[in-house]
Amino acid sequence: MKRSALEITKSQELIYELKIEQVMTKEVITVTSSTLMSELKETLRLNRISGAPVLRDEQLVGIISIEDLIKALEAGEINVTVGEKMTRDVETVFDDESVVQVVTKFAQHGFGRLPVVNREGKLVGIITQGDVVRGLLRQLEVEYHEEEIHRYRASHIFEDIESDQTGLLLRYKVRPKDFIRGGEASSKLKRALERLGAKPQIVRRAGIATYEAETNLIIHATDGGEIIAEIRPERIKVSAIDNGPGIQDVERAMRPGFSTAPDWIREMGFGAGMGLNNIEVCADDMNLESKTGSGTRLEMVFNLH
Amino acid sequence: MTIRDVAERLKLSIAAAEDHLDADVTSGYASDLLSCVMAKAQKGTIWVTLQSHPNVVAVAVLLELAGVIITEGHHPDPATIEKANAEGIPILTTPHTTFTTVARLIELGVEGVDQE
Repeated sequence: MKRSALEITKSQELIYELKIEQVMTKEVITVTSSTLMSELKETLRLNRISGAPVLRDEQLVGIISIEDLIKALEAGEINVTVGEKMTRDVETVFDDESVVQVVTKFAQHGFGRLPVVNREGKLVGIITQGDVVRGLLRQLEVEYHEEEIHRYRASHIFEDIESDQTGLLLRYKVRPKDFIRGGEASSKLKRALERLGAKPQIVRRAGIATYEAETNLIIHATDGGEIIAEIRPERIKVSAIDNGPGIQDVERAMRPGFSTAPDWIREMGFGAGMGLNNIEVCADDMNLESKTGSGTRLEMVFNLH
Repeated sequence: MTIRDVAERLKLSIAAAEDHLDADVTSGYASDLLSCVMAKAQKGTIWVTLQSHPNVVAVAVLLELAGVIITEGHHPDPATIEKANAEGIPILTTPHTTFTTVARLIELGVEGVDQE
């Protein structure tokens, strides 16, 4: 029960996430308003389709379906033009709209297909209920596959290696006032965690927190410092360590908006006084120890399960 | 909507990563304070800012932003452009203010990160 409820939510989410252009048929078979109904019959038969958009001078002017054709056949009007039998005032959807728009229109009007136009009004595709279903299945498959890869990697790194204590140590040096290279250590750590197969949400939180810690070393630490990431099967611990000058009042430093960064650094957008708060929000556990004159040690823990 | 669409509709100049304009823009955010961007911007966000130094790219890479719009005619430093090209982060520029740029983005249907 629980599982199927989850999957329904997933496909509903996908309907919102997927764009029409991702699922529509791009090679549209079209007819013109001067095409004869007899020619239309052949076009539908040869391409095994049940309708087609009608163009005049490249502009979308209507839509014609197999039902229109059957009515024309019954009335013996096989030699009239499509222009006379088509539906004008065509409902269309935009290529950059969400698939949910199409699903709603299908349900409201009972349409089997809708022409897709771009924002300039040009016909760029056609979408049927079959396209929607196929698109959803394809996307579910892609996501399922990604999850399989993720599980495979995770099991290999964190579970298949046997030792009494498995761990990986990554060490990054951070130079003082080197704003040009700011963010390099955190980017490298983020990529390493991705490769190890950590979950995207954890990678993101660790990336943001490490960036803030790295920035603090660049701005404040007299001789720069070091970022050390210790990766274990159950958690990642990232430490940012420097040899001074140390934080005078740790409690005050933790207050949102409090910053000791000089003006020239603030002009670059640093020193908003939000760095430590961002770290606190992102990390599962945080510990900040500092002594003026001897240095600062910031530890951030991210649980992997 | 892709970064390319945004660049075309807002008539933005492309300063870096011309070959990475197919990324989908999923939301928008504007601030010149990097820590605020770190806290709020999401994967796929387009970030509007006055800042033009290389750390803008570092922030964009970490957050996997769709791209950055630098406003009021500020031009990114050569180091910023070099880094953005290497990392594949599109940098777009405009003579308009952040206010006007954000208003145009909203007209295009880009929603703020807090509108989910």
